[in-house]
Amino acid sequence: MSKPNIQLDSHGRLKHFLTIDGLKREMLTEILDTAESFTGVSERVVKKVPLLRGKTICNLFFENSTRTRTTFEVAAKRLSADVLNLNVGASSTTKGETLLDTLRNLEAMHVDMFVIRHSDSGAAHFFASYAAPHISVINAGDGQHAHPTQAMLDMFTIRRHKGEFTGLRVAIVGDILHSRVARSQILALNTLGTSEVRVIAPRTLLPADPRSLGVHVFHDLEEGIRDVDVVIMLRLQKERMTGALLPSEHEYFQLYGLTEKRLKAAKPDAIVMHPGPINRGVEMDSQVADGPRSVILQQVSFGIAVRMAVMSMTMGTQAQGAAAR
Amino acid sequence: MSGMKNSIQILGGRLIDPANGIDAIRDIYIQNGRVLAIGERPDDFTAQHTIDAAGLIVCPGLVDLSARMREPGQEHITTIASETAVAARSGITTLCCPPDTDPVIDSPAVVTLLLRRAKRAARARVLPIGAMTQQLAGEHLSEMVALKRAGCVAMSNAYAPLANTLVERRALEYAATFGITAILRPEDRHLRNNGYAHEGPVSARLGLPGIPEAAESVAVARDLALAEHTGCRIHFHLLSSGTAARMIEQAQQQRLQVSANVAAHQLHLTEMDIEEFNSNCHLNPPLRSLADRDALRLALAKGVIGAICSDHQPLKADAKEAPFPSTATGMAGLQTLLPLTLKLVDEGVLGLSEAIARITCGPADILDLPYGRLTPGSSADLCLFDPNRHWELKRDELPSAGRNTPFIGWEFQGQVTHTLFEGRIVYQSASSNQTASSL
Repeated sequence: MSKPNIQLDSHGRLKHFLTIDGLKREMLTEILDTAESFTGVSERVVKKVPLLRGKTICNLFFENSTRTRTTFEVAAKRLSADVLNLNVGASSTTKGETLLDTLRNLEAMHVDMFVIRHSDSGAAHFFASYAAPHISVINAGDGQHAHPTQAMLDMFTIRRHKGEFTGLRVAIVGDILHSRVARSQILALNTLGTSEVRVIAPRTLLPADPRSLGVHVFHDLEEGIRDVDVVIMLRLQKERMTGALLPSEHEYFQLYGLTEKRLKAAKPDAIVMHPGPINRGVEMDSQVADGPRSVILQQVSFGIAVRMAVMSMTMGTQAQGAAAR
Repeated sequence: MSGMKNSIQILGGRLIDPANGIDAIRDIYIQNGRVLAIGERPDDFTAQHTIDAAGLIVCPGLVDLSARMREPGQEHITTIASETAVAARSGITTLCCPPDTDPVIDSPAVVTLLLRRAKRAARARVLPIGAMTQQLAGEHLSEMVALKRAGCVAMSNAYAPLANTLVERRALEYAATFGITAILRPEDRHLRNNGYAHEGPVSARLGLPGIPEAAESVAVARDLALAEHTGCRIHFHLLSSGTAARMIEQAQQQRLQVSANVAAHQLHLTEMDIEEFNSNCHLNPPLRSLADRDALRLALAKGVIGAICSDHQPLKADAKEAPFPSTATGMAGLQTLLPLTLKLVDEGVLGLSEAIARITCGPADILDLPYGRLTPGSSADLCLFDPNRHWELKRDELPSAGRNTPFIGWEFQGQVTHTLFEGRIVYQSASSNQTASSL
């Protein structure tokens, strides 16, 4: 029983960007190539292209996030769209308005695209399935499910440094269980043909059947990062200690914290990534975070180009061809 | 009005009455609300109404061990009147109502209220299940004997499993003293944590916090130990895992008085059905793996699980219109209890007679109810269905609070044509009107 992919329109083009799941390699490559064409825009004197002029993009953030929201806003503005920032957590939902009512009200204001972040897994799917047909939805993080633009900017960063994905060995370290970023990264890496994707964590921070995600599982950091080309560190939330998942930050750093010494097990030219914000001294040493192998700040700046690419592709299904090429 | 006729004959149908081991063409004679005779027409019998049941299957009215009608407390969703009407259309004549109404069924007054409203609706029998602890809070025992005397057929703590094992021990001991059956929904709340779906590959991929199988099996192990210790007769409600079914099978082999039921949907759906965040499959207990579904089917075939229930939970129309974790759990199940059970016959899980047993005398025997059988003298509760009629469950034909079902668009074989409750025709399908004739 194959259902039509809700993310694609009837011509197989990207309509919503909700998850990497179900997207083909060519589609991901197109996103990366389009992003590549946008990287120049930020360096121009006039940092704008008129691709989405006259369109209204609504940033709908039910969870606080300064950085992700800002990069989406910058991306939208560089595409000449009008941006509406709504911090919904503080307004309507606390008054008892349902999510569906919020959607309907914003639709009535003629919004063309929603960028949504919500603490419920599946929130972006929900929006996409109930929104009017002309509206595009981009998932900026839903619960523990997906954060596909973050994953794509990570892929962009890897491709910039390593070229092809085939032949690469990538390790993701930390709280896989609760991480929407990790889920999307794993899907993207596998779709793009990465040779081996590894996850490294204690069992309390892994899902029940991690191999079903298409990864090799390691519990020992040094063993897990041996000969890898890319090390992706995940953020550790403080509440993991209270949920009896870990004894302490101290023991976590002892076992899974990335140090210069441990990084020696990886390939000599391995890069270190982190979706941010970093807990220095918990996930990694400052020496590593600020060191020559770290590409963490590049990730942030590539984030704008990748989000521009996804926005123009999902919305400008018609406009995109003319302007982006 | 045909519903008022007090003598009815049902002629030429294939009678399947598993409790009496009958599967044959038999005529049925009904008088004053009771089954008068099966087979031979009594000499002094005159029928005021005849149902031509040629080509139909005639079986006892269905007995459903768990149906929420939202009354008292949430009459804006559904009422006893509306849900007993749905039950009548579905061939169900006995509904057991869990105690988590508002107010909770923890006092005889609520029992009386429920029974009175059901009597007024007069479409099906409603049997309240009493709360095992006051307010279902798991602290103080409810007045179980008073509840039983008022009409409760068993005690349960609904979806609030007793967290304190000492309270559970006392509750079971007290219930055992007075021959009361305890209905337990086995779940360890800590292991359930804030889960929304079966902990497995699908929940891992969708990023939905998982509910491990152990949340059920740990509770079953604890409950079985206490059943053995207290000698209380316990009934496990809504099994979802193969492990739990196997543990219960072992306990039955050791002659513990332990029975179990399963919801009809649990025998057909799996974790795969929540793909794309289908909120109609947001259920409690969660849909589990294919292996669990098959183990439940096996346990059902072996008789370890003696009853299939609907676990009917009508919801407000917008209760499923939200992101998956924010939606209410539960599905409206009355209308699919019979069709999903018959589907098991199609799929070779059960014979037809066994399947009917699991929704008639099986559940009745678990609670020692005199229903679900057509012995002369018993209440004339019957379900007639056309086993060859194909139909589709259509959204528009469902009441607005009954559209929370994942089975919309499914095709079924076998459709109810008549339902009799206490000797009255409480439902007759439009297409069967011309076949019925008054004498």
